[in-house]
Amino acid sequence: MKKLDSFMVNRRQAITAAFGGAAALALAACGGSNTGASTNGDTASGEAGKIKVGLICLHDENSTYDLNFIKGFKETCEKMQIGSEGTDFLIKTGIPESNECYDAAAELADAGCKLIFADSFGHEDYMIQAAKEFPEVQFCHATGTKAHTENLDNYHNAFAAIYEGRYLAGVAAGLKLKEMIDEGKITADKAKMGYVGAFTYAEVISGYTSFYLGAKSIVPEVTMDVTFTGSWYDQALEQEGATKLINGGCVLISQHADSMGAPQACENAKVPNVSYNGSTIDSCPNTFIVSSRINWSPYYEDAIGAVTAGKAIDTDFVGTLATSSVELTEVNDKVAAKGTTEKLEEVRAQLEAGKVHVFDTSTFTVEVTDKKNANAKVDGDGHLTSYKADVDSDAKMEGDTEVVSDGYFHESEYRSAPYFDLQIDGIKLLDTNFG
Amino acid sequence: MIHVVKRKEMPFAQAMAIRFGIIAIALTVCGVITALTTGLNPIAVYGTMIQGSFGSPRKVWILLQEVALLLCVSLALTPAFRMKFWNLGGEGQVLAGGLASAACMILLGDKVPNAVLILLMFVTSLAAGALWAAIPAFFKAKFNTNETLFTLMMNYVATQLVAFFVIVWENPKGSGTVGIINQSSEAGWLPVIAGNKYMLIVILVALLTAGMYVYLNYSKQGYELSVVGESPSTARYVGIKVSGVIVRTLIISGAICGFAGMLLVGGSAHTLTTSIAAGRGFTAVMVAWLAKFNPAVMVGSSFLLEFMGYGAGEIATTYGLNQSFGDILTGIILFFIIGTEFFITYRIVFSHKERGVVEE
Repeated sequence: MKKLDSFMVNRRQAITAAFGGAAALALAACGGSNTGASTNGDTASGEAGKIKVGLICLHDENSTYDLNFIKGFKETCEKMQIGSEGTDFLIKTGIPESNECYDAAAELADAGCKLIFADSFGHEDYMIQAAKEFPEVQFCHATGTKAHTENLDNYHNAFAAIYEGRYLAGVAAGLKLKEMIDEGKITADKAKMGYVGAFTYAEVISGYTSFYLGAKSIVPEVTMDVTFTGSWYDQALEQEGATKLINGGCVLISQHADSMGAPQACENAKVPNVSYNGSTIDSCPNTFIVSSRINWSPYYEDAIGAVTAGKAIDTDFVGTLATSSVELTEVNDKVAAKGTTEKLEEVRAQLEAGKVHVFDTSTFTVEVTDKKNANAKVDGDGHLTSYKADVDSDAKMEGDTEVVSDGYFHESEYRSAPYFDLQIDGIKLLDTNFG
Repeated sequence: MIHVVKRKEMPFAQAMAIRFGIIAIALTVCGVITALTTGLNPIAVYGTMIQGSFGSPRKVWILLQEVALLLCVSLALTPAFRMKFWNLGGEGQVLAGGLASAACMILLGDKVPNAVLILLMFVTSLAAGALWAAIPAFFKAKFNTNETLFTLMMNYVATQLVAFFVIVWENPKGSGTVGIINQSSEAGWLPVIAGNKYMLIVILVALLTAGMYVYLNYSKQGYELSVVGESPSTARYVGIKVSGVIVRTLIISGAICGFAGMLLVGGSAHTLTTSIAAGRGFTAVMVAWLAKFNPAVMVGSSFLLEFMGYGAGEIATTYGLNQSFGDILTGIILFFIIGTEFFITYRIVFSHKERGVVEE
């Protein structure tokens, strides 16, 4: 019965998509940016056998998005010697974003789970409902936004600082553009990239802006066109969008949606592509440069470790490059510019050391009008000096938190889910799609 | 030559014996397939399926609630089906009812007392569902349009309407969902009986089942719609106004679907999504057919389908199998059941004569 509705099911909304091969687990350090609840992975795995954990997924492993959660979960449970699937760790698949999520969470709690994860944005309200009813069980929700305002001890959000990964991917794109300029294939004023996004949400905006800034750090003249498909997975639309961008003069493409549409369009048109979710080198050997993805294993490890050790789980966990929550695939040397791998290592080290900030306000300018970036304040040169972001998910949809300080925009620090939604100069939106 | 010949009425006991026999065969086939493809012990798998529905008091209640919701939609379709009006628009009618309920909850949640709000939800949901079914009924009665296609198309209109309003009422902005409606005030939420949030829906649908049974079998209107279903000409001849019966019956059918929408939005989900009907409008067609449009038997057929559905979920969780495996088992069992009904109603005659003369 549950499958019959598939033709009208809403695709999960406002969540990052991620899939890919086996996750490289974070070995020892598994703390988030808030280090309060970090535990040592080694001691945790020794005692972890005592607890039972559950995972609630929107779809099953045929969805690359859910697969990424399921694989990471299984690997973490095995690594931490939780026990066997079905008895010690339970996975419920195909749970819609409705009261069935609450029922699933309640059943898992009934079955003795002390820690329950859910993977889809729309599960949030139902997880909160269950968290209120089962105060002794910990509920962890990926991609959600409400933990920091609900004030529940046993409800937590998690996300990854994927903007760091996108910034690095942007650096690789910039190096490729620079190579094209140096070889005389294009002139610097023709260095225009294209980006296929899913929805005009903060999550996507934060992603393409960090990608753009990464490229801009190498080629200051670079510009970018963005088009939105209005869907997380639509191969035809994504391919069409990428082709439109290529025909519009974009010489390099990246994307934030789940299908192979954009990479395939690039391979067909022989235009270099920076991918997402995982390597697309098999299908696109002549155009794939590099890809970023989220790895959820460090979060599972952190949360399970915390419960086992009787410690509190972070209200908002943000996995970073440093925790291996954000990963880059191997660079495709055939397409990437020479020295890309070395440069990425260098920038990565600077990001991890805090020497470089992705949203450094000196690196971009913003235009402020009544309709555009209304919550922003800029100096005479157009550099951002203040921004009120809508961090609290309340009925009031307005800026409530100052997020610019120390010369950069503090993304994913006041809650785990992204909230960077400024339109910066140099990026042109060909259309919008708010879903 | 092969002929399909309608049987004479088979004795009830014999028919039931065949039905139970075939379920046993179906379970055996499922067991063999389970063992061959997964290497698991089929008996253990069946045990797990039962666990999925009866493993804890909560599971039993969830199952009962889901059976009730599916049964409610099936009951709604039945009067139309008895009239041979193929209402495939249950999905859209449920959505229309759910949309009306959600509108009341969101727009009036903090403006009127809860009892008034629930009353308003009840009235508007029934009206919305009735309207959604009355439109194709009117065109059928007036212009003899094809009701199958018309009701089916109305589903898509309802889905798009809901999609539109979900964005209008989006909360929080950018999420693409309305979230749980009135989560803090619980305005418009159907009352919880004795601390059990599932019980009210079960009771209401039980009453509805009895009511529908009486309506179809013991009321004048129930008789009229059966006559229209058997032969519109006969109905006309005995003085039944056929177009009136069609519209009236579909208003009832749609209103009950609207009621199901209200139960979903106000009673169980407390949200509105385009997929809130979850295919019940179509699954209900199967429930009604399996039960030969008998409300009492429908309790059994909706139970069977929900039981298999939850069993499938439990197998997926316990054995790490894909949920689709449970769906395969459900498919096998339904295949046998539907096949049996065919052979109970018809028999096949093999004849080698040039022009087969079939002796009955």
